[in-house]
Amino acid sequence: MNMLRPPLIFAASLAAAVIFAGCNRPASAPGAGGDAIKIGEFASLTGSEATFGQSSHKGTQLAIDELNARGGLLGKKIQLLTEDNQSQAGQSATVVRKLISSDGVVAILGEVASSRSLEAAPICQENKIPMISPSSTNPKVTATGDYIFRVCFIDPFQGTVMANFARQTLKLQNIAVLTDVKSDYSLGLAKFFKAGFVAGGGRLAVEQNYSGGDKDFNAQLTSIKAANPDGIFVPGYYTEVGLIVLQAKQLGLNVPIFGGDGWESSSLVPIGGAALEGDYFSTHFSPEDASPAVQNFVRQYRQKFNEAPDAMAALGYDSAMMLADAINKTGSTDAAKVRAALAAEKGFPGVTGNITMDADRNASKPAVILTITNGAFKYVETVSP
Amino acid sequence: MNELLQQLINGLALGSILALIALGYTMVYGILRFINFAHGDIFMLGAFAGFYLAPRIATVLPLPSVAGALAVLVISMAVCATLGVLIERLAYRPLRKRPKLTVLITAIGVSLFLEYTGQFVFGAAPKKFPEILPGFAVMHLGHLSFNSNQIVVISVTLLLLLALRFIVLKTRIGMAMRAVSFNPEAAALMGVNPDVIISFTFALGSALAAAAGILWAINYPSIDPLMGILPGLKAFVAAVLGGIGNLPGAALGGIIIGVTETLVSGYLSSTYRDAIAFAILILILLVKPSGLLGKKEVEKV
Repeated sequence: MNMLRPPLIFAASLAAAVIFAGCNRPASAPGAGGDAIKIGEFASLTGSEATFGQSSHKGTQLAIDELNARGGLLGKKIQLLTEDNQSQAGQSATVVRKLISSDGVVAILGEVASSRSLEAAPICQENKIPMISPSSTNPKVTATGDYIFRVCFIDPFQGTVMANFARQTLKLQNIAVLTDVKSDYSLGLAKFFKAGFVAGGGRLAVEQNYSGGDKDFNAQLTSIKAANPDGIFVPGYYTEVGLIVLQAKQLGLNVPIFGGDGWESSSLVPIGGAALEGDYFSTHFSPEDASPAVQNFVRQYRQKFNEAPDAMAALGYDSAMMLADAINKTGSTDAAKVRAALAAEKGFPGVTGNITMDADRNASKPAVILTITNGAFKYVETVSP
Repeated sequence: MNELLQQLINGLALGSILALIALGYTMVYGILRFINFAHGDIFMLGAFAGFYLAPRIATVLPLPSVAGALAVLVISMAVCATLGVLIERLAYRPLRKRPKLTVLITAIGVSLFLEYTGQFVFGAAPKKFPEILPGFAVMHLGHLSFNSNQIVVISVTLLLLLALRFIVLKTRIGMAMRAVSFNPEAAALMGVNPDVIISFTFALGSALAAAAGILWAINYPSIDPLMGILPGLKAFVAAVLGGIGNLPGAALGGIIIGVTETLVSGYLSSTYRDAIAFAILILILLVKPSGLLGKKEVEKV
């Protein structure tokens, strides 16, 4: 290497220093580490599922701020350390390792996408750090080990709910399924939906698939159209769902399209537009719920972020609150004791419903079905397990 | 049968956009014998140029309207043409006398630079591309449905191809391009300034990429800073498939890749889509190493 140009190297390292300094999260006051309880969070704050990460993070932050305003936990303030995995595969493992080994967090909160929670879960399990996923619905996530929990329902339940809804409420008989083969969430949900729909006497007209990140779905949709189904189940994420629904209508496929909680995002309607009208999806929470706990949460959230909370925000909030509850009950941040307290949670009053941990550390709770009317999400019904 | 025809139309629309991108790869290769890996990112910048221009143009011309859409298209093409010239001037020209590998690695660097600067400036979350064309319509012909966007994509591509053919074959600068492509030293001796010709080639290629970006965004209105990677890669494959350095070859390659992908996704499974597209590339290169329409080149020693 040519070392004769020190000013250039100096300039480059200076630039690097400035860039990295810019990336640092605001450092806590020196010594604060000793009298604060550190909780780690990893989320997709940027990238293709950015609205999931943003919502979930806002909900979590709201919970932490509320707890701190009430005096924190065990007489200490809570410090939330948030890392962004950019919605990319491989990043979650890196940032979660960092949170555990270099920041020394007592617990991990995250992620929305099942694939990314599955990256982090083995690391938390290995280090015996309790992890709560706010909204990963694939069953495999908590099957990783006894330190992994979630505050949302799982895909067998969500898939069955949507299958029953399609059969009984929409009276569909002949269904097409369009799955994202790159996503554990989509594959899991499709599997349980198909089983439920066929068990309910329906018929599977055609199955097609795509890969997350695709933009052109005309080929798959043309095949689906040829099979002449009376509805299409798309268990994907909003980025692709918006384009799928749009292209389906452009091809003249005028049948109801519906999916799971991966649809719920403020970015869905801007992309899908009018093509989404009258479509359905299942999710965890509706801000229209009149119960005082929900309305209080909605008010607080609006006050802080100037927008209505979605399911990811509500689940982020519940994940932090349930962790705080377990730490309070234990009276310490000892990982094994917190784990035991989490496993014993029964009827915890979350804003997404009462949460009871089952033997597999999954939350058993109701699902909500929403529809899209005039560009807004509207409540249709609640389905209990 | 109807389904097959429908799939062919879908494939043709997708392939047309790939063809426009592939033309840029092939032109630069024809003149400089190097692959500009940042080309896919110029495609992305074209879409973003349209995204930021549309609201400004809407204050002058009505949007959505044909005139407005044309203005967005032309100005985005101009913006990207300038960027293309700038990239060549700053990143590639200083290295022109260096080994080809140096320029190639630089091109990868430029590509990453554009992608991640894009994430920083535009944000990583996908953005909704505004509607710039009026009256989206689905036309039915028997059981076939064409949508107006597909027709726009195919016809704009066809027009740009004809325009490009005219420039390269019928104008003085086109003749100079062909001369530089054939032998840069001899062309320079005949009074052609290779720097001007190379800048012009980058401008032309980047303008086509920008047009592809806008057409893509009209069809798939969700744009993000990494959207150029995959189409860029596929267009590169299309250029090689058709015979790199050959303009009709690039267009043909784009159509073949687009139609193959659509048929595989429609009839087999999208899982095998890329594998089969690449398998076709390998097969064609085994039989005809210079690509479908490529001419055999004699290595001068």
